[in-house]
Amino acid sequence: MPKVTVDGTEVEIQAGSTVLQACEVAGVEIPRFCYHERLSIAGNCRMCLVEVEKSPKPVASCAMPVNEGMVIKTDTPMVHKARKGVMEMLLINHPLDCPICDQGGECDLQDQALGYGFDKSRYEENKRAVKDKDFGPLIETHMTRCIHCTRCIRFSTEVAGVPDIGAIGRGEHMEITTYLDAAVGSEMSGNVIDLCPVGALTSKPYAFVARPWELKKTESIDVMDAVGSNIRIDARGPEVLRVLPRLNEDVNEEWISDKTRFAYDGLKRQRLDRPYLRENGKLREASWDEVFLAVSAKLKSTAGDKIAAIAGDLVDAESMYALKELLGSLGAKSLDCRQDGAKLDATSRASYIFNSGIAGIEQADVVLLIGSNPRFEAPIVNARLRKRYLMGGFKIASVGPALDLSFPVESLGAGPQTLGDLAAGKHGFAETLKAAKNPMIIVGQGALARADGAAVLAAARKLADAAGVVKDGWNGFNVLHTAAARVGGLDLGFVPGQGGKDVAGILEGAQSGAIEVVYLLGADEIDNSKLGKAFVIYQGHHGDAGAHRADVILPGAAYTEKDGTYVNTEGRVQRAKRAAFPLGEAREDWKIIRALSQVIGKTLPFDTIQQLRAKLAAAHPTFATLDALAPAAWGAFGQEGAMDGAAFRAPITNFYMTDPISRSSVTMAKCAEVQSSRAKDTGTHG
Amino acid sequence: MSVSNENRPVAQGAPFVFNEEMKAKADMHIAKYPAGRQQSAVMPLLDLAQRQNGGWLSKEALAHVADVLGMPVMRVYEVASFYTMYNLAPVGRHFVQVCTTTPCWLRGSADVVAACEKHLGIGVGETTPDGQFTLREVECLGACVNAPVVQVADDYYEDVAATHVPGLLDALKRGETPKAGSLIGRQTSAPEGGALTLKDIPAKQGA
Amino acid sequence: MLSDKDRIFTNLYGQQDFRLAGARARGDWDGTKDILARGRDAIIEEMKKSGLRGRGGAGFPTGLKWSFMPKQSDGRPSYLVVNADEGEPGTCKDRDMMRHDPHKLIEGCLIAGFAINAVAAYIYIRGEFYREAENLQTAIDEAYAAGLIGKNACGSGYDFDVFVHRGAGAYICGEETALIESLEGKKGQPRLKPPFPAGAGLYGCPTTVNNVESIAVAPTILRRGASWFAGLGRPNNVGTKVFCISGHVNKPCNVEEEMGIPLKELIERHAGGVRGGWDNLLAVIPGGSSVPILPKSICDTVLMDFDSLKEVKSGLGTAAVIVMDKSTDVVKAIARLSKFYMHESCGQCTPCREGTGWLWRVMERMVKGNATGPEIDMLEEVTREIEGHTICALGDAAAWPVQGLIRHFRPVMEERIAAYRAGLQRTAAE
Repeated sequence: MPKVTVDGTEVEIQAGSTVLQACEVAGVEIPRFCYHERLSIAGNCRMCLVEVEKSPKPVASCAMPVNEGMVIKTDTPMVHKARKGVMEMLLINHPLDCPICDQGGECDLQDQALGYGFDKSRYEENKRAVKDKDFGPLIETHMTRCIHCTRCIRFSTEVAGVPDIGAIGRGEHMEITTYLDAAVGSEMSGNVIDLCPVGALTSKPYAFVARPWELKKTESIDVMDAVGSNIRIDARGPEVLRVLPRLNEDVNEEWISDKTRFAYDGLKRQRLDRPYLRENGKLREASWDEVFLAVSAKLKSTAGDKIAAIAGDLVDAESMYALKELLGSLGAKSLDCRQDGAKLDATSRASYIFNSGIAGIEQADVVLLIGSNPRFEAPIVNARLRKRYLMGGFKIASVGPALDLSFPVESLGAGPQTLGDLAAGKHGFAETLKAAKNPMIIVGQGALARADGAAVLAAARKLADAAGVVKDGWNGFNVLHTAAARVGGLDLGFVPGQGGKDVAGILEGAQSGAIEVVYLLGADEIDNSKLGKAFVIYQGHHGDAGAHRADVILPGAAYTEKDGTYVNTEGRVQRAKRAAFPLGEAREDWKIIRALSQVIGKTLPFDTIQQLRAKLAAAHPTFATLDALAPAAWGAFGQEGAMDGAAFRAPITNFYMTDPISRSSVTMAKCAEVQSSRAKDTGTHG
Repeated sequence: MSVSNENRPVAQGAPFVFNEEMKAKADMHIAKYPAGRQQSAVMPLLDLAQRQNGGWLSKEALAHVADVLGMPVMRVYEVASFYTMYNLAPVGRHFVQVCTTTPCWLRGSADVVAACEKHLGIGVGETTPDGQFTLREVECLGACVNAPVVQVADDYYEDVAATHVPGLLDALKRGETPKAGSLIGRQTSAPEGGALTLKDIPAKQGA
Repeated sequence: MLSDKDRIFTNLYGQQDFRLAGARARGDWDGTKDILARGRDAIIEEMKKSGLRGRGGAGFPTGLKWSFMPKQSDGRPSYLVVNADEGEPGTCKDRDMMRHDPHKLIEGCLIAGFAINAVAAYIYIRGEFYREAENLQTAIDEAYAAGLIGKNACGSGYDFDVFVHRGAGAYICGEETALIESLEGKKGQPRLKPPFPAGAGLYGCPTTVNNVESIAVAPTILRRGASWFAGLGRPNNVGTKVFCISGHVNKPCNVEEEMGIPLKELIERHAGGVRGGWDNLLAVIPGGSSVPILPKSICDTVLMDFDSLKEVKSGLGTAAVIVMDKSTDVVKAIARLSKFYMHESCGQCTPCREGTGWLWRVMERMVKGNATGPEIDMLEEVTREIEGHTICALGDAAAWPVQGLIRHFRPVMEERIAAYRAGLQRTAAE
């Protein structure tokens, strides 16, 4: 490892590192605008110039590799002059409209101008103005503020894999734009807002909404998919005003999807802010006492085997646990958290988690997707696959619908037939998997949410065994979920007990009369027309599908309004935190169930969420450890049997509208509209 | 504040594809570069498209070049907007470019520009109403010892004086192609009146 | 004066046939196979001994540059790229070589390509040189047909291709890494160095980029011997050079002369003298627009080579001599160059993108005198904020002409400002 000297301090640094990295190791801060550790090096802003002994000119530290014995100086007249000069150049055509700029208060240019700039401008000429561009419904542009760092171009090209942003013209007429004002065709486009070091690209929905210092910042977890992206929720009073990514190298690095970032306006629409009771066929506003009495009377008068519950995709583990305990005490066994009917096997944890971890993708050399479109189901996972692809020496193939993942993927076939061939070693790709150092299989819900899902799961496991996907120190068998609640639900056993019915069974029972009461805990994705004459209790936060069919509505809290535990697709237990209070009379979900249990006379044995969590962890030890991955034991799972010939169907076709929150979001509706018009233009989906 | 020029491709409203001749030339250019490096041919292909399309590149032409080379159209647009020889809007039949950089300016390019403006009745950057001429000022054309220089299509007119301008433009308008090169009869870049060197060249040099 | 027998470009003015027959008659392609037979190391050694310094402007020793190329391929091919993107204002020498003596360049490509173990040469010619590219292509086609290049070039057993790539109007593509980017089908924006082209250039492969003249003189040097070439000019500044003499001279022209010829002799002997006589001289830009201007007092005695011009804080550059007589508004002449650099800045890095426009705008005010005395100092400071802080040398090239103006013609600028102020006061008084 080369030794270099930074401002008189000797540091040792990995060969191939840059001067800037050496400075960071030495604890010396280097100002920068264009440099970003997750993007290629552009070296264009020139802010990071430092002095290197024996070099007559200052060097761009972001781009210069270190050499043994290099003497780096960052506090010399040459460096000060360079920084001051570059800063002056950056500012001469910058509008300095900080008072009306959304970036104000969190602007790199503002901060660094304070540290390195002149105290007044010497530029007497007319400033340049640049026409704003239309980047679509998410990104507001103020191109006059642009300092041409090209981070947005590099992000879209490299990370998102869509070459939709570019720089046209040259010299002082160089402009960042999309092609003819098309929206950026990526599910992760909003990240350019965070990357933009100035106020050129800002959030359109957040435009002129707030100043950063007015906001209460809450570190939390996203529920728009099963990735469990680490987020920060910024709220003012009761209102969530924006969602930003938090760094978690193992999960989302520093990216989030556009749905994670922008669906929050859905929290303000279609909300259930008070209890309702159906009377004479119509829902009417009611008090908590009234609805609790109604539910209590119904549950107490119904035999346990005629009571069923379905948990939705956004539900926290605490409320599922509370409901499971409550209904269990009434003898109910027909519980299910797999509202899409996925034939996931709750008895074997390795069968339903993303065993390698998301970061494990970077170790994989061959990946087989089975019934999954990660770009729509988990853009963050797709970005990690792309990152792996860019490293080279990577092969990815798919069994399922045609895919546009932003990198090449070989299509092996459409459905079970191909999977069967692979499992039986009758397909060439089985050998490719076998020959790989770290082979990986990603099974999507498109392969499992079907009648023969258990057989598909068994075939996937058979293939994994045959191809050596699970071996010492490596488990490449991965299930990619779409529901934030799903792994938590499976972990705590929110599945049919002995003799209980699953979702399909519950719906059948509701129609036949075998099931008389159905408790929908935030479940909006089932076919309500099949609920027959059952008495439906809907607990949740949005007036979506479930609430429309309900006989009683218990208004719950959205993910931003409660403390809750979520287990992501990897099996990582994470805690979301309350950023705002539930609306109106709505309450945190576990508290509703706890209160109801008292009315029923089956009082649950916890009064605080801490007590609840202690019980949960005692009953299901995976909940005891936060933010970590525990290896799951490999074993038999699934159910070998005949598979249907039908092709695997994509579980998500409209990325922007997948749950009650995003379906209520105006922003997401606009994105969906852009996407469908783009699809019409190009004749392709995605 | 000065608002920068819009530099956006314009739709021509009709499909654009290379004709047979241009297609063959495009293939010849693509073949110059190693396999998988066909993007290298974007500049020659844009040039071909512009020639086929009457001197400018439409949105459709950019899309076709992108398609032929398997490049994102954004990247083609970047290239087309970066180099000054690509026109992203229609130009006149005769594209008259007067060099006005210092070496030409020292020898009277300002008078040449003024003569062009006067004779055509348009300003720099404009096209005559009949669509015959577009007048541009350009940066150094690299023929400085024959300044001032005027480029029309692919030809250089050199040692141009303001007095040459009406005759030159009128001939173009009549559809003639005036003889390119020095308008004062010089032998290319040799001094006026004849070369002072290279009069006594041995058939073969050698030690 | 250089005698005709020591001139390399014997068809500089196109008085003879540029085609293969004419070229052969002038001695091109004579014994090329034998030159190749000397082997790579011997060719590079001879080029080093000749003392040839790159003719594109920077003056880097050509033989040394070739020696940086890998001797053994690591699996990647090597490339020769010829920089024919001649665009430095004042410069028009490569144009003559390509339209009148293209075979010299093609033969040079083969020899240089062989010396650096390249598989092909790409000649990147500026797009405006359409007719020149036609001649060049004609010559290349002839050379292929005659077996001089292509498979088993000149019967040497060595395969070598030569391709022409036309630019499309961007001065910056004369910067070698911008040229490579452009050749790859991208915007011509210079790359960060390191890596240098010899390590990772075209398509990430080892690449040598040389100016047309540097390559075109190589065959003659190798035929006549390094000592012949090194015997012309002064030590470290040897050989012949094609000079371009433009501006206020009686007979502007290109001419091949010996390095180190006095500027005055060059102008008087070849270009018919300064318009109105030597005493009517105001200033000369001696090496293309990028190098600082020199006032008459220096022009009286300065020699035209790298070191002499460096001593007087200017440079030989491309040896393009732009002459200005006393009628010249020298502030405007330099302001026009500032406009050129603003127009040609690629826009990639901050100091050049923003600074070139700033320079031009202040210079335009200086032309009118609509400025203040301290603004001259500020202007000079702005050039220092650009110089040395950019990715490529275009920033320096934009800064130097303005620095040269301030260094030598500050009183002119001050008078202009004073006159403008006096005019304002008069207007106010009226």
